[in-house]
Amino acid sequence: MGAFLASNFMHNIFGGLAQGVIYSLVALSLVIIWQSTHVLNFAQGAMAMFATYVGLTEIGRGVGYWWCVIISVVVGMAFGGITERVLIRPLYGKPEINPIVVMVGFLGVIEAVTAGIWTSTTRNIPAPFSQIYYQYRGRLILLSPFVIFQIALAIGIMLFVAALFRYTKLGLQLRAAALAPEVARLLGVRVHRMLTIGWMLSAGVGAVAAVIIASGNFGLFPTDMDGVFVAGFIAAAVGGLESPMGAIAGGLLLGLVEQFILAYWSPSVAPLSGVILLVVALMVRPQGIFTRSVNRRV
Amino acid sequence: MIRVEKLSVNYGAIKALSDVSFNATPGLITAVLGANGAGKTTLLRTISGLVTPRSGNVFLDDRSLLKTAAEDIARMGVGHVPEGRGVIAEMTVDENLRLGALASKINIAEGLEAQYQQFPVLGDRRKQYASTLSGGERQMLAMSRALIAQPKVLLLDEPSLGLAPLVTSELMKSIRSLCESKQLTVILVEQNAKSALKIAHDAVVLHLGTVVASGPANEVAANDNLRRYYLGLVQ
Repeated sequence: MGAFLASNFMHNIFGGLAQGVIYSLVALSLVIIWQSTHVLNFAQGAMAMFATYVGLTEIGRGVGYWWCVIISVVVGMAFGGITERVLIRPLYGKPEINPIVVMVGFLGVIEAVTAGIWTSTTRNIPAPFSQIYYQYRGRLILLSPFVIFQIALAIGIMLFVAALFRYTKLGLQLRAAALAPEVARLLGVRVHRMLTIGWMLSAGVGAVAAVIIASGNFGLFPTDMDGVFVAGFIAAAVGGLESPMGAIAGGLLLGLVEQFILAYWSPSVAPLSGVILLVVALMVRPQGIFTRSVNRRV
Repeated sequence: MIRVEKLSVNYGAIKALSDVSFNATPGLITAVLGANGAGKTTLLRTISGLVTPRSGNVFLDDRSLLKTAAEDIARMGVGHVPEGRGVIAEMTVDENLRLGALASKINIAEGLEAQYQQFPVLGDRRKQYASTLSGGERQMLAMSRALIAQPKVLLLDEPSLGLAPLVTSELMKSIRSLCESKQLTVILVEQNAKSALKIAHDAVVLHLGTVVASGPANEVAANDNLRRYYLGLVQ
């Protein structure tokens, strides 16, 4: 068993999964917003990064790591709610390009403001668990306590979001507000409030992804989520923007594809793996892996 | 009771309703009849707060609904089954009904049980997605979803649309019996004047956004001019 876990193949599987769960989280956060408001939030990564700055810089002031994570998520959620209320709500019913342009602009503003407050220097955030990989008879297994934490936290968040949507009254109202806003209003659902909550939830999930990234070897700097956002966006597109399950699968797939290209093809091709996967997915299944076609108007 | 007073609605330059007034008597069915484009759907959408009128007012038990949001009107006990039924296809029968129950303070489990007793077909299909239901079953689900919140007033927009004549007649009978057993105030919008007039107590006839006649349903049904020119009942 140990020899198998230390094999090259499993090396790539673990590496791919560790990266993939982060993409999955970002993709999931994009899909939550897309489903509820049909807005592609290009500032999603930057918003999460900002929330992480607010929370994690508290570590230097003697606040424990876990409190800082909670602060980041709460700040992220508040930021998401305020953004929906102030920037997005006036744009409902306007052409779809409007919120895209606004959020691309907002992305630049957030990154500039962050650099202004905290400078652009990379900050190293101490990981909450050891990052030293396990070994089997002198051979590395590409798993460390931190990687296991990263995967477990991501899975925990995904299960939480899935359970919230599926089994709670709030989830039922969130889905109704997204699927049929007018019918939802006729049934007493406060649709605008649901859209705000959707943005809060999404920004909270994004903040968790940003915290994981900043706590690893990557560090924290104003543009650190840009590449991850693109990967998350590709994952969401591959999985189907309408499907949270698809977003998660798309993220894991992208992580694995990236890792295997890196290992078996060429490190110089690896950065292109997202584009390759996207092109293949769009050719084979343009609606996304998990999107079911349902006749909505009945 | 619902009281509509001099209601006027415009869509841009188009007048959808002009000075429409009528009362829907508590515990009775008021049919709103008229051809396509008469303004029937607009009338219901204005009552339930989805459309803001240019002038006029709507009262629920003497309380103006003019500045009240649609979701609050629903929570005040006005159930609206929209045109095309508005069943959420991506949700199961059970989820659709649970959603309907949120507007009220009823015990959801008891409410669901009561609905499944009243509509056993829905009980059999409670785990199925609404997209798999037939037209008649969807109409049943839409009605049941409105009824689970125990509304005081029920607005029904073309419930017979797309249903076979036999199903329509069953549906109309069940609307009448629901109205009687629950003391519901019903406003029934229908193009199918013949079916609606059979069960309605009162009727309002709309033509191009104005009321051309109103009164007891049997009198409207007996008026040859109305039957011929507005209701399409005389060949």
